[in-house]
Order: sequence, then C-alpha cells, then structure tokens
Amino acid sequence: MLIPHPLLGPRDAQEFTYLGDAALLNRPDGMAEGAEAAFAEYVYLRDNPAGVHRELWFHEQGDRSWLVVTRDTTTHEILGAELARDVKLKGGAA
Amino acid sequence: MTRLTGGLIDRARSLRFTFDGRTYSGHPGDTLASALLANDVRLMGRSFKYHRPRGVFSAGSEEPNALVELRSGARKEPNTRATVAELYDGLEAASQNHVGPLGFDLLAVNDLFSSFFAAGFYYKTFMWPRAFWEKLYEPAIRRAAGLGSLSMQPDPDAYDKGFLHCDLLVIGGGAAGLAAALTAGRAGARVILADEDFRLGGRLLAESHALDDAPATEWVARAEAELATLPNLRILRRTTVFGAFDHGVYGAVERVADHLPEPGRQVRQTLWRITARRAVLAAGAIERHIPFRNNDRPGIMLAGAMRAYANRWAVRPAKRVAIFTNNDDGHRTALDLAAKGVEVAAVIDSRPDARAQGQYRLVHGLVDNAKGRLGLRGVEIDSNGRKEWLDCGALGVAGGWNPNVHLASHHRGRPVWDEALQAFVPGEGGPCGLIIAGAAKGQGSTAAALRSGAEAAAEALAQLGIEARPADLPAAEDAPAGLRPLWHVPGKGRAWVDFQNDVTVKDIKLAHQENMRPVEHLKRWTTLGMATDQGKTANVTALAVMSELTGKPIPETGTTIFRPPYSGVSLSVLGGGDTGAHFRPRRLTPTHEWARAQGAVFIEVGPWMRAQYFPRPGETHWRQTVDREVLATRKGVGICDVTTLGKVDVQGADAGEFLDRIYANAMKSLKVGMVRYGLMLREDGTAWDDGTCARLAEDHYVVTTTTAQAGPVYRQMEFARQCLWPELDVQLISTTDAWAQIAVAGPNARRLLERIVDGFDLSNAAFPFMACAGLTVCGGLRARLFRISFSGELAYEIAVPARYGQALVERLMEQGADLGAIPYGTEALGVMRIEKGHAAGNELNGQTTAQMLGLGRMVSSKKDGIGAVMSRREGLAAETRVLVGLQPVDPAQPVLAGMHLFAEGAPHRTETDQGWITSACYSPHVGSSIGLGFLADGGARMGETVIAANPLQGQKVALRVVPPHFVDPEGGRLRD
Repeated sequence: MLIPHPLLGPRDAQEFTYLGDAALLNRPDGMAEGAEAAFAEYVYLRDNPAGVHRELWFHEQGDRSWLVVTRDTTTHEILGAELARDVKLKGGAA
Repeated sequence: MTRLTGGLIDRARSLRFTFDGRTYSGHPGDTLASALLANDVRLMGRSFKYHRPRGVFSAGSEEPNALVELRSGARKEPNTRATVAELYDGLEAASQNHVGPLGFDLLAVNDLFSSFFAAGFYYKTFMWPRAFWEKLYEPAIRRAAGLGSLSMQPDPDAYDKGFLHCDLLVIGGGAAGLAAALTAGRAGARVILADEDFRLGGRLLAESHALDDAPATEWVARAEAELATLPNLRILRRTTVFGAFDHGVYGAVERVADHLPEPGRQVRQTLWRITARRAVLAAGAIERHIPFRNNDRPGIMLAGAMRAYANRWAVRPAKRVAIFTNNDDGHRTALDLAAKGVEVAAVIDSRPDARAQGQYRLVHGLVDNAKGRLGLRGVEIDSNGRKEWLDCGALGVAGGWNPNVHLASHHRGRPVWDEALQAFVPGEGGPCGLIIAGAAKGQGSTAAALRSGAEAAAEALAQLGIEARPADLPAAEDAPAGLRPLWHVPGKGRAWVDFQNDVTVKDIKLAHQENMRPVEHLKRWTTLGMATDQGKTANVTALAVMSELTGKPIPETGTTIFRPPYSGVSLSVLGGGDTGAHFRPRRLTPTHEWARAQGAVFIEVGPWMRAQYFPRPGETHWRQTVDREVLATRKGVGICDVTTLGKVDVQGADAGEFLDRIYANAMKSLKVGMVRYGLMLREDGTAWDDGTCARLAEDHYVVTTTTAQAGPVYRQMEFARQCLWPELDVQLISTTDAWAQIAVAGPNARRLLERIVDGFDLSNAAFPFMACAGLTVCGGLRARLFRISFSGELAYEIAVPARYGQALVERLMEQGADLGAIPYGTEALGVMRIEKGHAAGNELNGQTTAQMLGLGRMVSSKKDGIGAVMSRREGLAAETRVLVGLQPVDPAQPVLAGMHLFAEGAPHRTETDQGWITSACYSPHVGSSIGLGFLADGGARMGETVIAANPLQGQKVALRVVPPHFVDPEGGRLRD
C-alpha cells in the first residue's frame, strides 16, 4: 500500500505504524464533569465501518508525522491524507 | 533418446541429469519434463490421494501431475513442476509421493479402496470415535499426506528482496506482452517486462504458424533484440508475478539461479516488489481438458502441450498419438505432429460436423476409456455407439482455452462468463490500474493477441499522459476456434477433473447429492482446486459439471477466482536476507566491544545486545559472577552501561505542561537541575512505563523510558504532541542512540567521579540526590550527570556523546582501580533492583496499576494526565493487591517468579488465589532467595507467612511477607 504523505508524497505503508480510528483525536477533558463515562467511551468504543474510514497512521520509519488517512476499508483505496496536527487544530476528527 | 526436427534446443551441447537415480541426457533449452519425454520417460509421479501413476499433463506452470523433488541435500526442493524446471548439467530429480519404486507404489492400494475415499471421506470417517483422532487417525493421515519431503536442513543459499518502480509493468512475454512492451518501450515509458519462462515468446514458441511469412520465433528474436536496446525497459526473465497488491504494487519472484547447479556468488532468488503506475496482464490462457474414464493415464496430456513439446522441444510424446477435441485447435496439434513425422492414429472430434484439416483419420465421437496403467497403450472411442479400441501411446486432449484470469481476480475482481467463448474472462473490478490483454482477455488468436497487447499498452500510457502509438505488428493467424462445449464424457468409471487432488466427476456428483452445491462448498467438500496448482486446469470444468447437475447455467453456478500467489513462492525468498541474525537489526551499546574484550556474556534485550555478566577466571557458574558483581558494587563501585534505556529530549515553552499530561505525576513543578521519578499510564488507567524526568533548563527536559518501551513511549508522546495537544509549544526528539549513558553505583561512586569531572562540585550539598546538570568531564568532554539510583546505592548516571562511551568506561575503570571498580551486567542490575524493591518490566506488565505498585498517590488528580481518569474507576480502585517483598521462611528454599500466593492452609485454587510473584532472585545481600510480588492486602500483612505454590510442578514454599526494600529501607545510602 502507498500512503500519500502530505509533505513527502507517496510512501510505502511499511514505513508507517497503524493506530486506528481517528476519533482518538477527540480526547475528552479529564477535568470535566462526567469524565469517566466520556473516557470509557473514548477508550473502548470504536466504529468499525465497512467503507470510508478516517484513521491514524504514524510515519515511524520516516518523518514521525501522525497522519489522518481516509481509506475505504473495503477496497483499500486511499482517499486522502492530512497531518493529524492540522486536523486537530481545525477542530478534530468529526 | 528420440528427438524430432527443429525446436529451440541447443543440440550441440548435452546436459546430463538423473531422475530416480538413472542418468539421462538433454539439451540446453529443455525443461526437465521435455528432457524426460525425449528419453521416453512418461511416468513422473503419483497422485496425492489414490497414488495413481501419472505423467506430464501440461507444458507450463499449471502442471498438476509432474511434481518432483529437485536437487539433494540441503537444496532439496519438493513439489517442483518438471514442466518449468530448466534443465542444467548435473540436475538431480526424484519422483515423490510413493512407497517403494515409482512403478510399484505400495500406497496405490488406496486406489482399490477408492469408493471409500470419495469426497468428504475425511470429514465423515474420522469423526468417530473421537478419542482415535489424536493418537491414530491424525498421525496416519499425516504420514500418508503431503507430496514431497523436506530436506530438514537449513537452506544454504542467499535470497534477496528488491524494489522496482515503473510506468508500466507488462506481465507475460508472449504475443500480447511483447506487443505491449514494444509499444510502451518505444514511447519512452519506464517499462518492466516480466515472464515466468526462461525464454520470451510465450505461446509463440510452441506454435508453427508464421508471423509475416517467417517463423514466429524470428519475430520474437527481433522484438527481444529491440527491447534490449531500450534503456527505459527492463526484462525480467524467469520471473513470476505472483500477486497484485494494493495501489499498483506487484509481487514477483525472479529465479536468478534456479537453473544453475549452485548459485555460486549470486542469490538464488529475488523477491521484487514492483510499484507500477499501470500494468498489462498478458498471462495468456490455460487449456482445459475433457474428463473421461481413466483420463489420468500417463501419456494423456493437453493437446496444446503436446504441440509445444513437438514444436519447441522437438519431443514426440509417443510414436503414435491420438487427439481428442471439441474445437479446431486440437486439429492444429494433429497437423503439427504429422508435419514432424509423428504418426497420428486419429483425431476424435465431438462436433458431428467437424472436418479433417489434413491427412489423418477423423472420428466423430468421444473417447470414453483409456488403458495402460504405467503408460497409455490405447483409448476406447465411442462413435455414435460404435466402440473401438485405438492403439496409441499418447492422447492430446483439447477442450478449449480458459483465459488466465488469476491476477485479474486478486482484488475481488469477478470473472464473467463469455457465452461465445464458453469461458470466464476478466470482469469489472480487480486490481486498480491493471489492463488485461491477449488470450488472458479471451483474445486468443495470434493476431488478436498482438493487437490487444499493443492497444492495452497505448491505453495505459494514455491514462498516464504519455503518448504512444500501438506498435506496427506482423500479420498473423486469426482463426476462430469453432468450439462446441463438451465438459466431460458421460459414463461409468472415474473421470478425473482435478488431477493433483484426485477429484473425479463422481466426486462432484456426490457433492451435488449431499447438497454441497455452492462452489465454495464443492471446493471444500471435494478438495477441488486446493492443491499446489490451485486447480488451474480443473476449476472451470468442475463448475461446468456442477452446472449440468443443477440444471443452472454456468455463470449462475458460480465462478472461480484465485488468490495470490500465482504459483508457489518459497518461504526462503519471502524471508529474503532477513533470517537468523539478520532477522532484525541488532543494536550494540557504545561499550559493546569493550565489554566483549572483558569476556562479557551477552543477552538479547529487545533489539539490543547487553552485557549480562562479566565472568572472571575461576568462576564456574553465572551465580558466582553475579553475586560477586553485586557485592563488589555495594562495597566499592560498579559500572554498568544503561544506554539502552530510552531517552526523549523535550524542549519548548510548554514542555512542563506537556509532561504534566504525559505523566501520571506532576512535572511542571520540577525545579531546574533536578530529576523526578515518573510513571506513565495507558489511557485505560493501567500502569505502562516508568523512568526519570530531568529538567535541564526552564524549557528543556530529558525523559528516560524502559529499554523495552523506548519506541512505544516515544510514539505515544508524538501522538500526544501532534494529535491531542498541537497547540502546545513543545518539540520532541529521541536521543537514545545519541548519548552513551553509564551508571556508576556504590559507596565509592562519588570519589570515582570526582576524578573525571572538570572541577564540578559533587558534594552532597552542591549536587544532592536527584540532582542533574550539564558539565564537562575528562578535560572538556560534554556530559550530563544525573544523581539517580536503581541499585539503592549512592549512584550516578553519566551521559556522554555516544562515540565517547567506550573511552569513558575505560577511563572510569582505570581511575577506579584502587576504589574497587568493576563492571556489572544486567543480571547484577536486576538483583540489585529487586533487593531495592524497584519495579521493572515484570511488575509493569500491562496488568498492574499505580496503586498496586504502591504509587497510587503519585497519580495526580489536580491535572489531566493520560490515564488518570480511568485509573480511578471502580474496578481498579477496588484492587487490594499491592507490591510486597517475599523471603523464604527456610533460607534454603528457592523463590520462583510466577508462583501464586495463598494464605496458609487455603486450598490452591483460583478462588483462593491472593496474588503472584513477579520477580525473584538470589540475594547475596540477604543470603537467600528473595522475591517481589503482588499480594492481596499486602500492606497490612507484613510478617505474615504465605504459601507460594506452583501447582504445575507440585512446588510449595512458605514465604514471609516483608517490605519490598531488602537493602537500606530508609534510603540513607542514596542520599549520603
């Protein structure tokens, strides 16, 4: 698989470490009221769609960027990749 | 040896080879199969289940029958297809899957009991009695199963992996592939042309018809010569593209030296990962046969293969041959063989209106039986009910051609049924960017294949914005095959569909009767298509038989798709060079060579090699050495390389805030010039990793991690920095390899360090416990000093740029000679940390919490650190097991890690389990074995006796519960 790195162009997927659902960007506030329930959901509940999925890849053998990669899980087609940092600064993964 | 005229073999040279111990000879250009046929050897193997005698069936990689063991000794390679094994001088081959000689296989008795071995036999029979499976059935089946045998020795040859990139990958070097390569190569695109054969040309090498009034091989030679001049085109011969993977990546195996007796200085095979912007699949077609009774007799083969043996290898399959066909292509074989002087007994054509195309006898009818167990002697013809035995030594069967859709179906591409062609052709979907051409697409005539290949390449290049004109092509035959389907000859007896796995028409009927009708069930029930050839010559025929039984058309019955690999790929080449010591990079510490010179024994710690202990002359047991190292460190001073611990440099205005969120405990409040122990949690609240955090400046921290978690912790920190809190001003870099870090521990540690620092005040007042500083040592060498202790002694860790690590250790040893300085390894390190009660990997095993480690109060509730919220949840908060020390009541008794703890007198059961021992060692300081473990309510049970049990080995030891600090519980030594 090739991942279109927003800074480095197409890179072999072997250079990356996979984490999973980009919803992990949306970490609840640990100091807020009801944090425990929010964290239980954050830590344990994930969507596992057959189709378009936004997910986190770490360019561990490369420039150490975390990317949000949009991938169709049924075809492995990659529809885009952004720096996770930019996604988070724009308000997180919807 | 019998050879016909012509052929692409070098008659000037002879190659000697052996088969089953007998010596034969062939020529360069031969395959093992062609050479054996030329030597009139027709019996080449035994079938898998019934051990039926078998001969060669095809002339390519689809071969189901002629599987042999090649070579001997460590290079022995089972299940090699004789049809693609290139002959070399000295080749050794042996038939396989028989007990006794090939001609008289004792296991052929299975054939007599074939009615018991029908489809589903294993599923039905070995179910009962249940207890017989493990002891009786399975060992017996295992002994009889499998085709070849392994050498059981390590592969002596070298393998490699490589990466290639191109605009266009052309898979197959036949008519379509060559036309595609010429088109794309001339247009200047970067092209790779891969073909599994050792000679380009594909089917053109096997045919007699002309291209532009000259033999096809002349055109092939010209095309090849032109391709060789193109710098933008690379030809990979002997290379099988075995799979299409995501995003235009193709896997290919180049058999670099399989055609040589030994690879010499070359690699044996190379695994290529080819990234292609576009690819043309020109893999040709595979002929299908027509099952009839006893159609597996040696000598019965595909008609196209028979023609290939005659035309390409100048081999006649027998003196007198017959052809059984349902299309015009069979007649071509008759004509070619007759032209070479082989006697054609008859062409039996199932089409009532078929006409002879030359001077041979044509019979309208069917072949419905064959005789000759070890080699065909004759076939029985049924011409409208009139039966006749026809003498012949070989029969060519022509049932039509199946486009080779293998790679086209790798990405869930579903082949579709072409009614006109009576075959499956590649459908929609399939690998992205793969364009199918030639016979693989159903464009089987030479003219159509050439045209289709050129057009496919032009289309692919157009998609890439590269202008290409389809290559000018020679005039070629363009005859339709005139096929009228005949899927099998009805009648009694066993008619083979899948030769390698012994699946007959009867088996398919049985599967139908037992309602195993969907293709997927049919396949598993009968094992159809599950052999090493993946049913290349069988699957479509089986589908057709099933379709006949269900009364549904073939496309409604199902389709047959393939997974990678196209043909067998050896584990050796998949491993490439990454085996043994090269499996992963081996990391050496900066003092590795020095430690080796000291006679250190090394141990693998993750990817690192670390000195485990440093034996001295006269020490006969590792314990002696370790005890000495521990005692000498606690008495004088010990030196240990701790470079492998992970180091992360954290800088930025928000570094403190960032680390507050990374650690369970607070770090923002740490004073500059001080170090703090830090505990990291997983977000689920479990304890994860620990280490130290040193603040070198207001905006500069250095974090250390355990050796094992250095990578994952760094990854997590980057995750936190980029994905969770990108608004923080903080930068990270791993510096594990940049600094050599040396622990200097023991009462003489300060005195030793005073001798190397450049006027740095090491007094307790100036540089107290948990202090840190940047300084210079040894007259100007940049260094970092941390007053931290894992051993419980007065101790420091000193870091210098990695390349000075060895010099530093040498200097310390030299300067410390009169202070009792000794090097110690990871064993002594472990003993001292257990004696001191420090947690390590055994305690931080991913199942424990801060509270269990006695560090519950460290988890700050005043800030939002990773894992803090979840660490307070009900289940974890209720946990009462806590880290304690354990000492045997009888000092002679051992303590073993992994033992479980029980109250005295309690039964040893899960319900009464009170905890377990995590770490244990012999403590020379205490004078007995000691352990650390988690014990329920441990804090309140000091002095109590508990039982440590290992029920698996019947061990039981009475232990006293003690605080987890066996050495200097007050910590005075650290702080002096």
